[in-house]
Amino acid sequence: MSVKAETGASAQPDLGVPSLRMAHWRLVYRHVVANRRGWIVFATGFLEPIFYLLSIGVGVAVLVGALPLPNGDLVSYQEFVAPAMLAAAAMNGALMEVTFNCVFRMRYSKLYDSILATPMRPWDVARGEVTWALLRGGLYSAAFIIVMVVLGLGRTGWTWLALPAALLIGYCFAGIGLFVGTLMRGWQDFDLVQIVILPLFLFSGTFYPLSAYPDWLAAVVTWTPLAQGVHLTRALTTGSPDLSTLVNVVYLLLLGSVGMFLASRRVTKVLQP
Amino acid sequence: MTVSTTRVARAGVVAARPTLWRNLARQVPAYVVVFRRVLRGTAFSGFLAPVLFLLGMGVGLGSFIDQNSAGVGGAPSYLAFIAPGLLALHAMQVAAGESSYPIVAGLKWTKFYHAMAATPLRVVDIVLGALGFILVRLFLVAAVFSAVLVAFGAVTSWTWVFAIVAAVLVGAAHAAPTMAVAGRANSESWLPMYFRLLILPMGLFSGAFFPLSQLPAALQVVAWFTPLWHGVELVRGLSLGTLSPGMTVLHVGYLLLWTVAGTAVALRTFGRRLVS
Amino acid sequence: MLDQTSSQIPQPAEAAEVLIHARGLSKTHGSVQAVRGIDLDVLRGESFGFLGPNGAGKSSTMKMISCTSPPSGGTLRILGHDPVEYGSAIRAHLGVCPQEDSLDTEITVEENLTVYARYFGIGRKAAKVKADELLDFVHLGDKRKVKVEALSGGMKRRLTIARSLINDPDILLLDEPTTGLDPQARHVLWDRLYRLRQLGVTLVLTTHYMDEAEQLCDRLVVMDNGVFVAEGSPRQLIERHATREVAELRFPPGDHRAVAERLSDLCERVEVLPDRLLLYVDRGEETLRAVSDRGVHPVGSLVRRASLEDVFLHLTGRSLVE
Repeated sequence: MSVKAETGASAQPDLGVPSLRMAHWRLVYRHVVANRRGWIVFATGFLEPIFYLLSIGVGVAVLVGALPLPNGDLVSYQEFVAPAMLAAAAMNGALMEVTFNCVFRMRYSKLYDSILATPMRPWDVARGEVTWALLRGGLYSAAFIIVMVVLGLGRTGWTWLALPAALLIGYCFAGIGLFVGTLMRGWQDFDLVQIVILPLFLFSGTFYPLSAYPDWLAAVVTWTPLAQGVHLTRALTTGSPDLSTLVNVVYLLLLGSVGMFLASRRVTKVLQP
Repeated sequence: MTVSTTRVARAGVVAARPTLWRNLARQVPAYVVVFRRVLRGTAFSGFLAPVLFLLGMGVGLGSFIDQNSAGVGGAPSYLAFIAPGLLALHAMQVAAGESSYPIVAGLKWTKFYHAMAATPLRVVDIVLGALGFILVRLFLVAAVFSAVLVAFGAVTSWTWVFAIVAAVLVGAAHAAPTMAVAGRANSESWLPMYFRLLILPMGLFSGAFFPLSQLPAALQVVAWFTPLWHGVELVRGLSLGTLSPGMTVLHVGYLLLWTVAGTAVALRTFGRRLVS
Repeated sequence: MLDQTSSQIPQPAEAAEVLIHARGLSKTHGSVQAVRGIDLDVLRGESFGFLGPNGAGKSSTMKMISCTSPPSGGTLRILGHDPVEYGSAIRAHLGVCPQEDSLDTEITVEENLTVYARYFGIGRKAAKVKADELLDFVHLGDKRKVKVEALSGGMKRRLTIARSLINDPDILLLDEPTTGLDPQARHVLWDRLYRLRQLGVTLVLTTHYMDEAEQLCDRLVVMDNGVFVAEGSPRQLIERHATREVAELRFPPGDHRAVAERLSDLCERVEVLPDRLLLYVDRGEETLRAVSDRGVHPVGSLVRRASLEDVFLHLTGRSLVE
């Protein structure tokens, strides 16, 4: 097999491998630039969980009264529900970012097409999206925790650890969401995502203790991801962490990593067909 | 290849004056196609979501609330209190959702409404057609939801039948103004704010989840002016059979006011987008 | 030894001026075979074109060359390397201007360049300098703070080209660069592409416009149904597959095969189209007179030089823009 114009070893560009170790931050930079002008939209994002918290605080809490923690301590309903709102918001934010926004960028705005024409690899894009989701979620969570503390809903110094906990919940759902996102065909599949999110939001011990369920059901629900997250944040903000809190951490870390791993196996196939 | 020589029969093109009803009827096939496509989403938002909310908030949380008190806000149980509230809230959410992004998409991305405007249809036909499509789906959603309420034993009066119509009215009172917002240029960048700063707080503080009397006095006054509070009161009153004729007229009138005003503004914003 | 280099990528033994090298290259999407085994060599400094109708496999080929779509079969080397293994490293040296503008509509014109530069690992300051330079090059200097949405089609395409030059690429890939642009915008764009050729940038472009191929390409291949049906310079192709001149006879729409039969001995070849006959000849005016002498009177007639359109018609039996 002959090659035309075989003129020897001249002028071949030196293809030094560009360092891609931190390449995902390049996508984060893009999101920062894109959100700079729409900062009001970005900044008001943290209001949503706070509205929920206030609504429940002034309204529903009066109706409910005090509720028991898993260890038997009684806490006010605001104290009971606030960490759950934090966990649910972390789940929701991460999932929406890596499913809704990513599918939009992949199929409609074609953002990824242009990025993948550069040295960026599909996995850099995926890591970038997860990093951005966590950064954004982290800012919202921090604002929420500050509001909790101001309202006197954080019992001890453990409360501040709810921030890394919220990030962990975000990581768990971003990982799962990323994998699910690589399986999605388009908007029509968002209905299915909603069908999963809503029951998680309502039944994971967010609004009332799992003791409301029959034992077998409570045992099942305990091992769903948001219930783990809620258990974790609630233990921290009410100042009652124990060994099971550690189990929550391991669980969320593991599930998120499994999601990331599965996503890494599929993302190239999806983005570079 | 020859161009089709079949001529579409068009009797009296000039003579026929456009009539609203005929022009609305002519949009039905187009919307039937759309409806088939969104059927699964409608089934979820119309049936599954409200059932889940009823289970979680009404039954689950309600069991803890009912331990503390004998009835909430005039209802015998928290379930009976929150169920009609959820119906009104749900009507608002479906209405706002369906009259925001889908409308922007039709005006800006798919140009669905521009395609319609290129036919004999007038702006008023198109706006009322779009609104009508939302209300038809709302009716289905409200009917299913009401049936679920009955199944849960959450209604206590025969007048709940009218609550279905009332829920559609609640939807109209929110869909029309939302369409007016969505019809504006650059609306898609403001829609998240619209939902975040208006729709969400309204849903949380307009008496759906707890009696308005628990709010600070100043906030109560604000809530009185929201269309959703009137909607919640109307639907709940019909569901519990506790509504006086005077209040019925007030609530219905206020919701109609929003519907008409919203439609009027929507006509103007659509007109600017479609005919210019 | 040739592969003893400082870079982490092994340098190929056949290092040469061949920037793109393909043998038996193919691409299958599901059950559709878009590209069916093509051989190709593009040299540094060349301006190389893929000419063909929609669906000929041009875009699939371009995606493989731009290292964003792995080949289904055959060999492909870009800058001497395997795109599957070294895609990212190769892409650092490519500029890609896709068929559909994939500009970032959420940010400004200037940010489209500086953000894009970051994907190549270009530092913020260097990116700003480069962006200024490129915006001047594509005449968008006064639009730098404008959001992309507000640009016209021609401006968007120019911005896309500026973006594809942000890394000083060795090869610039342009997929249908002027499709959808008005004539004036096309000429502005062509002018910029000439300039790049002068600067020694290797251009690879696809087009279904004959005039564009004639204007921009040193060498081109005619692609149809996933294979190359001809290759050469525009001039060579016209000489090889057409005559010097073409006599066009216009008729009312209908079946003109009978007329074509009567005139076939007057020319080298005749093409029958629904509204006209194309007679391939060396001296067109003489042919028109001969046609008239035979009592054939078309509603209109003209003589023109043969173009790539005629080449394509001859090679595929179809008009290019259908």
